[in-house]
Amino acid sequence: MNVYLDNNATTCVAPEVLEAMMPFLKEHYGNPSSMHKFGGVAAHAVERAREQVAALLGAHPSEIVWTSCGTESDNAALRGTLARFPEKRHIITTKVEHPAVRTTCRWLAGQGYRLTELGVDSLGRLDLDELAESITDDTAIVSIMWANNETGVIFPIEQIAELCRARGVVFHCDAVQIVGKAPIDLSKTPIDLLALSGHKLHAPKGVGVLYIRRGTKIAPFLLGGHQERGRRAGTENVPYIVGLGRACELAGANITEENRRVKAMRDRLERELLARCPNSRVNGDRERRLPNTTNISFEFVEGEAILLLMDQVGIAASSGSACTSGSLEPSHVLRAMGVPFTCAHGSIRFSLSRYNTEAEIDYVIQHVPRIIARLREISPYGGEESPVKPVAASS
Amino acid sequence: MWDYSEKVVDHFLNPRNVGEIENPDGVGEVGSMACGDALKLTFKLGPDGRITDAKFKTFGCASAIASSSALTEMIKGMTLEEAEKVTNKDIAEYLGGLPEQKMHCSVMGREALEVAIANYRGLGDGRKRELEGEVVCHCFGVTRDVIERVVRENDLHKIEEVTHYCKAGGGCESCHGKIQEIIDEIWRTPPVPEKAPVRLKKKLTTIQKIRLIEETIEREIRPRLQQDGGDIELIDVEGNRVIVAMRGTCANCPTAQFTLTETIEAPLREFVSDDLVVVQQEPET
Repeated sequence: MNVYLDNNATTCVAPEVLEAMMPFLKEHYGNPSSMHKFGGVAAHAVERAREQVAALLGAHPSEIVWTSCGTESDNAALRGTLARFPEKRHIITTKVEHPAVRTTCRWLAGQGYRLTELGVDSLGRLDLDELAESITDDTAIVSIMWANNETGVIFPIEQIAELCRARGVVFHCDAVQIVGKAPIDLSKTPIDLLALSGHKLHAPKGVGVLYIRRGTKIAPFLLGGHQERGRRAGTENVPYIVGLGRACELAGANITEENRRVKAMRDRLERELLARCPNSRVNGDRERRLPNTTNISFEFVEGEAILLLMDQVGIAASSGSACTSGSLEPSHVLRAMGVPFTCAHGSIRFSLSRYNTEAEIDYVIQHVPRIIARLREISPYGGEESPVKPVAASS
Repeated sequence: MWDYSEKVVDHFLNPRNVGEIENPDGVGEVGSMACGDALKLTFKLGPDGRITDAKFKTFGCASAIASSSALTEMIKGMTLEEAEKVTNKDIAEYLGGLPEQKMHCSVMGREALEVAIANYRGLGDGRKRELEGEVVCHCFGVTRDVIERVVRENDLHKIEEVTHYCKAGGGCESCHGKIQEIIDEIWRTPPVPEKAPVRLKKKLTTIQKIRLIEETIEREIRPRLQQDGGDIELIDVEGNRVIVAMRGTCANCPTAQFTLTETIEAPLREFVSDDLVVVQQEPET
């Protein structure tokens, strides 16, 4: 049996999405800018997709700008905003952002910007007072993710957006992980810029969106033709845009019902794994979390070894362990939360989708505890029997 | 996904010699949970002085487990003198190679073996003293000695390589400058030959002088020039004047004069005679 529980990394393309895309890979190959029927069909499809995305977000279609991926959207939001406010030299973000934001902000800090990275508590929660205190007249942009990709923890973006609005600072939100998984409504939440990525919600890889609220000042991020009203030049990726539109439509139609089902499966998986694997714990705030994600630390064993043994039996997940990335330090998210090293190295993220079944969850519940027990037999720190004195990190 | 060799996968999925020997003759424990991997090695010696049994327990990734398993297989049947000579490279080779970023797993195996042998000989309690000596990387507690050793044994020239082999520099990166200095120091000076000639004080005959100059060039000077793609030719010796020709990249090197004084004249003065002056051969016109 193959069980895919790595949907925060990427998702399968929904059959309906593929179906919607196919004509645009075949007969409807026109350039949307062209003055003939070929172009007209493509242009119409792109605008329809724009409406579909806008509908899911509670936005106006003119506020949707196509990009190639979430990372491009984040880069464009940050660098495009700074370009419009050259006199402001301060950026605020958090310690737990995705590299798309984190690396960009750190690069900007190297270019002379002052960077504030807000910390989180042991459950991965932000301190909004700290945010409020950090904003100054010099602050050009606040960039905070909506939901964390590793833990699924959801930040109170409504309050953060209101706070930034009240202080007159541009607010960018990396919403890549939440779009399609939990309802959001930009007509009620004053977010200025928001990034999303197609392949996280059953559209293909290679298409994303930057939402730009009407009136938000941002420099164009690709120069060239007039596409996207001059903000992002380049011929539109029509089939993928059509796919993303359809994926948003599907997500909107199913979000409530499916989240109930996905959440129930996630909760059962989590409950059973914690019960069957001693010395395991959930990382992150279990109250405010994406319905599809659980991040579990199995103490005394290492994440890469767990992943490879799971892969042997067809189970796909991911880990915050150092070894899986080739770096030596475990996940920056878990470290920012102060998760002990003993737990961080053995952390596994299971992320579900509406395509998972109860039978698959049964299969995982049956296999994972055996894998953990087997690795603990090899580990010098043993398991529940042998008392362990973890060595504190010296850093 | 890592590109592990079949042998690594095999030793990970079917690890040999997992466990702990009761009343072992030697114990070696290295690493910690904080660092992300740890290994406890135990062995037993037979009456013939050979390792009859070796077992391991490892916390770590697939390649750490495979390296430990390989190590125990390799050392069984060895005398301690033979086991002592096992290097991290041997472990990696036994496994059909390891990804560069995982070489530190093989180093952990070699270190555990070293600690276990020392423990057998009554040195140490079987636990690696992480902080003995000058600590260069504080994030992972890596000492200067450890870094120097992996640099020499594995011919490492970049900070990144040092990180892959012993983790040093893989955390906050504040020690990168120091690691670079260590690498530079090691590769600036070629390894000192075991029998350095006693410096001669007495007056040399011309023929002795020329021979000694030739020997010194061969041993001390040429290897260093060749590292940079250069070379040297001894043309003549006139009294205290040593006439040389620079070859290879040295021929057109803008710092040739510096090379002449620092790399050629200084060792000649040290090993042959204090009063030598090195000059370049006049270009033929």
